[in-house]
Amino acid sequence: MLEIKNLSYQVDADGENLGILQNIDLTIPDGRLVVITGPNGGGKTTLAKTIMGLVKPTAGQILWNGTDITGLSITDRSKLGVSYAFQQPPRFKGLRIGDLLALAAGRELTHAQQCSYLTRVGLCANDYIGREMDASLSGGEVKRVEIATVLARGAELMIFDEPEAGIDLWSFSQLTKTFRALHEEGSATLLIISHQERIIDLADDLVLVSRGHVEAHGPKEDILPRLLDGMTVARSCYGKKEAESHG
Amino acid sequence: MDKTQWKIMKEIADLEKTPQGAYNFRVNGQLDDRHTTANIDIVSKTDKPGIDIIIKPGTKGESVHIPVVLSQSGLTDVVYNDFYVGEGAEVDIVAGCGIHNTGCETAQHDGIHTFHIGKGARVRYVERHYGEGPGTGKRVLNPKTEVYLEEGASITMEMTQIRGVDSTIRDTVAVVGPGAECIMNEKLLTDGVQTAESNMEIILNGDGATGRVVSRSVAQGDSVQVFRPCMTGKAKCFGHVQCDSIIMDAAKIKSIPAIDAQDLDAQLIHEAAIGRIAGDQILKLLTLGLTEEEAEEKILEGFLS
Repeated sequence: MLEIKNLSYQVDADGENLGILQNIDLTIPDGRLVVITGPNGGGKTTLAKTIMGLVKPTAGQILWNGTDITGLSITDRSKLGVSYAFQQPPRFKGLRIGDLLALAAGRELTHAQQCSYLTRVGLCANDYIGREMDASLSGGEVKRVEIATVLARGAELMIFDEPEAGIDLWSFSQLTKTFRALHEEGSATLLIISHQERIIDLADDLVLVSRGHVEAHGPKEDILPRLLDGMTVARSCYGKKEAESHG
Repeated sequence: MDKTQWKIMKEIADLEKTPQGAYNFRVNGQLDDRHTTANIDIVSKTDKPGIDIIIKPGTKGESVHIPVVLSQSGLTDVVYNDFYVGEGAEVDIVAGCGIHNTGCETAQHDGIHTFHIGKGARVRYVERHYGEGPGTGKRVLNPKTEVYLEEGASITMEMTQIRGVDSTIRDTVAVVGPGAECIMNEKLLTDGVQTAESNMEIILNGDGATGRVVSRSVAQGDSVQVFRPCMTGKAKCFGHVQCDSIIMDAAKIKSIPAIDAQDLDAQLIHEAAIGRIAGDQILKLLTLGLTEEEAEEKILEGFLS
């Protein structure tokens, strides 16, 4: 179980104290598929990064399976079963995709295993295992390899930061199948930052993060109508302004 | 050869015993062992130290190993090796030099190689340089390599210097004929107070000639590296120079790529980049459970692989 208690992350910018995350309380039970959504700049990625240890919170606690991991390094968190797929993954000159998958898995992988991870993100293994993770790959390809590394890691907590970004429709369809299958296996808790309806559809629970706060958290069936209402309000405001400006 | 010399042999030529095919082992400035085949002859020069390696036209799938081992402190070994690769031959040539210096005097090897590669012949040339030993004497390697490629011939040169060489000045020149191809892949790592200078020049001398320089280096400690790759196009040709370096600690790297077009249809490109290991690369590997040291090691290993 993931427990986030009173978590804050504040930064000083030009003498002003900005609350990127403010007193976040969130509990995610094991085996759930939770989608974190909300407006850009609302704090979703920062929240995910604090869980992985990529951002150090200024206050609060993160507990994973009852262990306080707030002060632990990224490496130690990884060893405890936390994993994270970057929104903008890095490229590596010289490091091959097969090598990266083996590093993620922590062991040598057979061709069949490498193939299985890559197929699950819509990549043909024979074309990619030996390729370098460098600038010759497109943004969408890098993104899919990134997701494959998290699958290969096989951690108990998998965090995916906007996995759909830059991915074409065909691969996206494969990706949603993969998330569904992972969830059905039930061996991992999935935390996915996304705005995509088809990913939101997969969720057990939704978390709405906005302006550094958890604005709403609960079963999808409860939260989604509220979100859609919010969108309707936003659209109608926009429509009103448009009408005014044209009037 | 003793145990230490075989250990060096393993580092530079991946050999644990005498290889199949032709070979010439040179140890401390002297011939140690030699084997020739029906298609590959090796003859000692009579006017200066060194050998002629003569590969018959049409020879396919054979290899020549010509490693050099220096384990005697204070020795400067200069050797002239000339390769004559016949038309249509396809061979692997494995060279390389390793120095084990236990003394306080400099041990130095200057290998001067000239390749004459006949029409349509294909050569893969592998050269590894390595140094070790507890002595305070310097380990110095100054190779000079000249390559002449006739019409339609090709050579892929894999030149690697990983650790232990205190000072090196590498001069490599290739003259590429019509439809011929020269690829130079260079991998270099320096640390401590080591210095490395690499001057590589490819002259594209005929229509359809292709040249490619891919240089990757890592400079650690207080080491200093200087690269001067140059691609000259004298015909309708294509040339590409790509230099990438990772700089660490207090090292210094200077990269001065040049492209020189002397024909309207010469198409030449150069790219050069020097930078530290990207922080996001380290972070990614940390999320996979590696420590910072392990992450750095993997990144460098991949970069120089």
